[in-house]
Amino acid sequence: MTSDLAIDVRGLRKSFGDQTVLDGVDLAVRAGSITALLGPNGAGKTTIVGLLSTLLKIDAGTARVAGHDVVAQPEAVRAAIGVTGQTSAVDDLLTGLENLRLMASLHHLGRRPGRERADALLAQFGLTDAARKPVSTWSGGMRRKLDLAMTLVGNPAVVFLDEPTTGLDPRSRRTLWDEVRALAAAGTTILLTTQYLEEADRLADRVAVLDGGRIAAGGPPAELKSAHDAGSLDDVFLRLTEPSAELPAETAPKEMA
Amino acid sequence: MTTVTIASAPPVAGARPLADTLAMLRRNLLRAVRYPGLTSFTIAIPVILLLLFVFVFGGAFGAGVAPGVTPGADGRAAYLDYITPAILLFAVVGAAQSVAISASMDATSGIMARFKTMAISPGSVLGGPVLGTVVQALIAVVVVLGLAMALGYRPDAGLAGWLALAGLVALVAFAFSWLCVAMGLSAKSVETASNTPMILTALPFLGSGFVPVETMPAGVRWFAEYQPLTPIIETTRALLTGAALDVSTTLLTLGWCAVITGLGYAWARSLYRRERR
Repeated sequence: MTSDLAIDVRGLRKSFGDQTVLDGVDLAVRAGSITALLGPNGAGKTTIVGLLSTLLKIDAGTARVAGHDVVAQPEAVRAAIGVTGQTSAVDDLLTGLENLRLMASLHHLGRRPGRERADALLAQFGLTDAARKPVSTWSGGMRRKLDLAMTLVGNPAVVFLDEPTTGLDPRSRRTLWDEVRALAAAGTTILLTTQYLEEADRLADRVAVLDGGRIAAGGPPAELKSAHDAGSLDDVFLRLTEPSAELPAETAPKEMA
Repeated sequence: MTTVTIASAPPVAGARPLADTLAMLRRNLLRAVRYPGLTSFTIAIPVILLLLFVFVFGGAFGAGVAPGVTPGADGRAAYLDYITPAILLFAVVGAAQSVAISASMDATSGIMARFKTMAISPGSVLGGPVLGTVVQALIAVVVVLGLAMALGYRPDAGLAGWLALAGLVALVAFAFSWLCVAMGLSAKSVETASNTPMILTALPFLGSGFVPVETMPAGVRWFAEYQPLTPIIETTRALLTGAALDVSTTLLTLGWCAVITGLGYAWARSLYRRERR
């Protein structure tokens, strides 16, 4: 049963000071699937991504990513993952091509294969024409695509996407969805967080709703909807998370930057 | 429990610190070329200082640092001789300060988080910018020294002296860059990161660089005699004039460089590993 789990999280706990953000999260993600993590602002979605990508330290519980223990083998985890965070992780002063080639160098791809990989990703994301311009002159959608392309340079087995389409126009969002689907079809495991329930509904094989520091519900979107007798994931979301969603912003736990 | 099949992620190719550091150095130099404002600023300040101190203050100050020199043109020439080593170190410390800003920019944007989630040598993420800053400091020193010579400064160093000077500049730049990287990482914002290292700007003035320490009041004099830049400036002065190096001053210079590098590196390293919310 555990053999095809790309992400296996049990009893995950994390506090910042006296503020408990995660209070025993269990999460299982099968290899090659897309799982969407939903939850109100401040529910701890970004914290989960931070913990699984070795950016944050786990307080309690276990987490295995791509078969490696996050605490005991962080280097092995890093070698197997790609992360696209909420904050733009591209170098504005470099061109798109230089950004990708930097990633290729850091993955030790070698000069020629590195250049080929960079060119292929530029073409794949439709960024070839702008490739030699500084990223600071690019649009938000293009930067987001480059961000994802940089994450993919090393062919990661597991990809974390933290709100990948926030701030994108509908067309860019759809392009990104297509890329994510293609990745999963090629065997990459994807864990994404999103505010857009439509995104989760359309893209994810499974959805996990995070609330009060735990996974309040999980399953395929269709199952969740019928289990909660809801017409849309919106209704499921509101039913499961209503109490804390009503909290004023000041008292809600702060989302990790 | 069955065997974990998808665990067959590629084995972690052992850390490649040298390759990673070179990739990061390349990035840093590219950034310096793309955003020349910061680099030219760090060169412009010592250039302005040199012109100001020679042409405005030099005529009077020169007579104070070189007994027997008459104020005016002779004073300016004497003062140029006296302050050039300090201005060079001012340029080195100024270049080091710019790395605080770039470290802070990386930390506050998402790119440092990206590097942290990659299987790359941690030292390279900070070491690349540090080496890039050493290169920029060497360039700044060449520009400022060129200007000083155009104004009439005549160093009397042999080949060995010039090589030793280049090595000293690189060493001092390396040391202060590590300190400034740490200052940049400890800052909550890029604005703070550009302000904190400003205290280092005061060091060349509170030493033997601009006036002899014997002329200072007791407390300031005590600080000036023992602060790191005083032996560093005196060693630079000796190398430029081709004078014999004083053993204890040279050892103090090397010792201070080692201590500042060690402290800066350890501080930067612990800040890099710190959780950042």
